[in-house]
Amino acid sequence: MTHATHPPGLASIEAITTALASVGYISTRQISTALYLAHHLRKPVLIEGPAGVGKTDLAVSVAKALGFALLRLQCYEGLDDSKALYEWKYGKQLLYTQILKEKIGHLVDKADSLQSAFGKLAGFQDLFFSRDFLEPRPLLQAMEQPGGSVLLIDEVDKSEESFEALLLEVLADYQVTIPEIGTIRAQVPPLVVLTSNNTRELGDALKRRCLHLHIGFPGAELERQVLRARVPDIAELLLGQLVSFVQSLRDENIRKPPSIAESVDWARTLLLLHAPMLDESLVRDTLNVLLKRESDIQEMQGRLAALTQSALEQSVGAD
Amino acid sequence: MEGSLAGFVRALRLAGVQASTSETIDAAHAMVLVGFDDRASLKACLGVVLAKSAEEKSVHDRIFDLYYSLPVPIDNEAQPEALTGERTGDPQIDALLDLTDGRKGRDALDAAIRQAATRVGVDEIRFSSQTTFFVRQILAELGIAPLEARLLGLLSETSVEAQSQAQVMGAARDLLQRQARALVEQRFELFGKPATENFMTEVAVRRPIGRMGPPDIERMKVAVARMAKRLSAKHSQRRRIRLQGQLDFRRTLRANAGHDGVPIKLSFKHKRRDKPRLVVVCDVSGSVAAHVRFLLLFLYALHGTVTDLRSFGFSHRLQDVAAPLETLPFDDAMALILREVGGGATDYGQAWVDLRNRHWDCIDRRTTVLVLGDGRSNQTNPRLDIFAELTERAKRVVWLCNEPPVRWGSGDSCMLQYRPLCTHVTHCASASDLERAIDEALQAYA
Repeated sequence: MTHATHPPGLASIEAITTALASVGYISTRQISTALYLAHHLRKPVLIEGPAGVGKTDLAVSVAKALGFALLRLQCYEGLDDSKALYEWKYGKQLLYTQILKEKIGHLVDKADSLQSAFGKLAGFQDLFFSRDFLEPRPLLQAMEQPGGSVLLIDEVDKSEESFEALLLEVLADYQVTIPEIGTIRAQVPPLVVLTSNNTRELGDALKRRCLHLHIGFPGAELERQVLRARVPDIAELLLGQLVSFVQSLRDENIRKPPSIAESVDWARTLLLLHAPMLDESLVRDTLNVLLKRESDIQEMQGRLAALTQSALEQSVGAD
Repeated sequence: MEGSLAGFVRALRLAGVQASTSETIDAAHAMVLVGFDDRASLKACLGVVLAKSAEEKSVHDRIFDLYYSLPVPIDNEAQPEALTGERTGDPQIDALLDLTDGRKGRDALDAAIRQAATRVGVDEIRFSSQTTFFVRQILAELGIAPLEARLLGLLSETSVEAQSQAQVMGAARDLLQRQARALVEQRFELFGKPATENFMTEVAVRRPIGRMGPPDIERMKVAVARMAKRLSAKHSQRRRIRLQGQLDFRRTLRANAGHDGVPIKLSFKHKRRDKPRLVVVCDVSGSVAAHVRFLLLFLYALHGTVTDLRSFGFSHRLQDVAAPLETLPFDDAMALILREVGGGATDYGQAWVDLRNRHWDCIDRRTTVLVLGDGRSNQTNPRLDIFAELTERAKRVVWLCNEPPVRWGSGDSCMLQYRPLCTHVTHCASASDLERAIDEALQAYA
């Protein structure tokens, strides 16, 4: 379980939090603990949670903070091993056979019997199934990174079950077997991050092999920190009002509550509009940044005045 | 430490978290890595390894707080005054008095009670009535017999010295008993109660819905959520059969154009399977009052799991009830639906008219329509013509009736008229019946 060296950013739970903060990702104890265990137990992390809470961003930030290469595999229906693991460069193989046709003919010409011609050819067989003709895809690429890597398998719930089975094999030993070449084993096991939006229930086998991290909507204090890190120019007064407005909006009866990505967008929007503080008409005009469903916007129209008012009062109370 | 982790995992499993053996081994490795110094980190660490969904996380956090905490918070006010200096001379009694000595802290006392509890197997507790029995067992294991005998002797004496000594010993005995009881109650909360609850839920699932009391409904929430999850896990997978059947020439040619038409990659035609599309029409009127809560509960759970689901409620007029079921907590959603939709006299005919006029576009040849209701239409026109049109239009129409077949057709029941038009009509009395019926409905898409 002990590696020869640990990157300093992964030495302890606190070190991870600090490293992530240095690239502008505000981590919680759960997140840092999961990453710490993922590295030291060599297990993949499965991150679930609503859209826009920073699941993908976590993997990107970890790679940036640790200076690892980031390999990203976006999952979709119909994803198979030739897109995820490796593929032979058929075109190149075909082209080379055409070019080398005469050479091969020449070679075989000199053979006096079929047996010896075959023997001669057999010596060159592996030429077309060598590394030169192999196209590595993200899973294989991640195994081959000498300096360590972060492998992000995004939206794994979009892929089919057969792909999960493929992942089990790869993630168990961090090795890929190519029949023509042999087994390629990762020198430095990659830090694997899987994300899921829970559009379908993932298989138990996959869940059991992963560490599970659930990122939900952030609390007020955490959201303030994230916004401060992501939108540094925003004034404290506006920030306080914005956060208490978004927090109370999440408790309302709406289908798609705004997540942290929407809060950041809204903060940027308000900054762009040079708004000194929230008021009802401003909220009404920019509500479509926060709410992405027409029915939700309609639903909230009547409640905007009250929500804005309470957000203003709350942020005063917080100061 | 292994013992404590094993007990924790057992408590988790009883509470419904599916922690496997391999995950327990991972948890042990993780515990060694993180250490015991920082409680919050330990909690986060075990949560990451053992709980694999949002619901499991919240269960885990609750069990962690319960399991890794002292049975009662240390209360210095309630400490008995220590026997200062003088001891009774009996080593067994003195040992107990030392344990309860408030100046020496609680650690030794807690450890002793815990060990005694483990020895008498208090984790096997099943019913709250066993509490007193286990408390006695723990005290006996701690060796309280000589102390009690001495105490009894002292109480019959009248000297001041004996009285004060009796007071101290009585207080020590009370403290031991209180601590032991707190521990047993905590263990009951962890191990006994969930086991009993699970058993009661099993029973409730098979009980006729009409005969359910309020506590059953609370249990049904758990059971129904579990059912809905099971159903969605089973039916949300879409398997495509590949590399079989007829060759898709166009696709193959296109895919291999880059290889000069040499067919390296083959594509096959495959039949696309429809995703389950459900439209549920639910009677929420007074005549099915006993069932409404439950039917809505089931709809509520389905909304969390089945993606393509439309649900309508009606008593007199039909209304789309998907929005409250999706966004509100169950009790609020139910109150809202009953206020807005329920309360009128049942009119099935009007419901079909409303469905045709306003929501006809959500029913097509891929849709399964589920009707939940008793088919009692208050002598109004059942509008069989529209219902027949509905059955023509939809893939399947399944009627789940809460009345037994012998009562179909009696009084104002139109079940016998509706029955020949439906794909399937079934009597649906208990929760497990309902699960089976919906499972069958979804099976049509496999």
